[in-house]
Amino acid sequence: MRLKYIDDFRDPATAKALVERIRGDAGNAPVRLMEVCGTHTVAIARSGIRPLLSGAVTMLSGPGCPVCVTPDGYIDAAISLGRDRRVLLASFGDMLRVPGRSSSLEKEKGNALEVRIVYSPLDAVTLAAATPDREVVFLGVGFETTAPAIGGAIKTAAVRRVGNFSVLPSLRTIPGAMEVLASDPDVRIEGFLCPAHVSVVIGTDAYRPIAETYGIPCVVAGFEPLDILLGISMLLRQKKEGVARVENEYSRVAQAAGNRKAQEVIREVFVPCDTGWRGIGVIPGSGLRIAEAYAAFDAEKKFGVPVVFAQEKTACRCGDVLKGKILPDDCPLFGKACVPEEPYGPCMVSGEGTCAAYYKYGAA
Amino acid sequence: MCLGIPAKILERNESAAVVELGGVRREISVMLIDDVVVGEWVIVHAGFAIGKLSEVEAEQTLALFREIADATEVH
Ligand code: SF4
Repeated sequence: MRLKYIDDFRDPATAKALVERIRGDAGNAPVRLMEVCGTHTVAIARSGIRPLLSGAVTMLSGPGCPVCVTPDGYIDAAISLGRDRRVLLASFGDMLRVPGRSSSLEKEKGNALEVRIVYSPLDAVTLAAATPDREVVFLGVGFETTAPAIGGAIKTAAVRRVGNFSVLPSLRTIPGAMEVLASDPDVRIEGFLCPAHVSVVIGTDAYRPIAETYGIPCVVAGFEPLDILLGISMLLRQKKEGVARVENEYSRVAQAAGNRKAQEVIREVFVPCDTGWRGIGVIPGSGLRIAEAYAAFDAEKKFGVPVVFAQEKTACRCGDVLKGKILPDDCPLFGKACVPEEPYGPCMVSGEGTCAAYYKYGAA
Repeated sequence: MCLGIPAKILERNESAAVVELGGVRREISVMLIDDVVVGEWVIVHAGFAIGKLSEVEAEQTLALFREIADATEVH
């Protein structure tokens, strides 16, 4: 079946024209652009955009894979919660193989720990309602795209009085992390390809401080190949004109002010907090914790299992990969001690991890 | 993980709607978006519609693609 709004954005002839336009606008040295979001990373790798632009544009992968930046202390907390016989964990599938300090949910499964993979946090509320003798804990990992869905599930559980549902939150917000990268002299980003669906929620205006304060062009782009190529082209045009502003390639969904209703749910259910990003460190105000009014649904409080953030010392260089300082194949473990079947670091786990995308689709 | 899929609203009631996702009919929540009616397109993420897809804006972007493709046509 031809899917409107997908196939139209994949036309090869237009892609070729866009590549030519990008090459025509590029200077002598490759322009350093960062795709912030893991969904872009995978789309770029899968569609072979990186080699098409080689010499003209260097695409650096950013910190936008929620699974990759979730600290191992979170996995440890989830495992210790899951060992409690009353508890039934519910999670998005890609969390299972993420290594904690000594184990992963996948390895603990069967070992008295039960995890159900769900597609939506609402499914976890339904699961809780159907299993009143268990405590269902949803592993609430995500960015602004997912936060309103998790908030919506908490609100639904409150209305339906599903008292055996709670969330162990690991929610992060993107602009703060982009600011850390924008101000890092080692990274030298000349343009940000901003995430599509995070922007649908927060609005494209959210990047204005980055464009204005740091003088870095920002373009919000959709996830289809033509969206990405046009987004890159728009970034290059800005650079050529010597301007830095926020532009929106994904105007068919994202708006300047974002999704007001989703923002209201976030504001009602969560409170901003300082939070640790795996490989990057603590970024002030870049996390969301559950607000006092919904404390009954906060698994950290309910079970007294705190999520501890410690900057782990490991041979994994995900931190530098997530900051765009190195490419995955610069890591000595890449493809050797670290492969998707037996990941050493989190960037190799999630399908959206930069290392996993490079491994699967080739670096070039 | 922030993947969102365009889907057309087939049915709707108070806070839920039915869409077709990958050939499967599925109920999604529409509590995060303003009024949406049958026939409109939305972006679905983790069981929630998180935004509406504007056909007008989509057509404009497609028109821009055509313009770029025509302008760089090899003669
Ligand atoms: S290849 Fe593996 S160990 Fe190296 S940075 Fe990537 S995830 Fe970490």
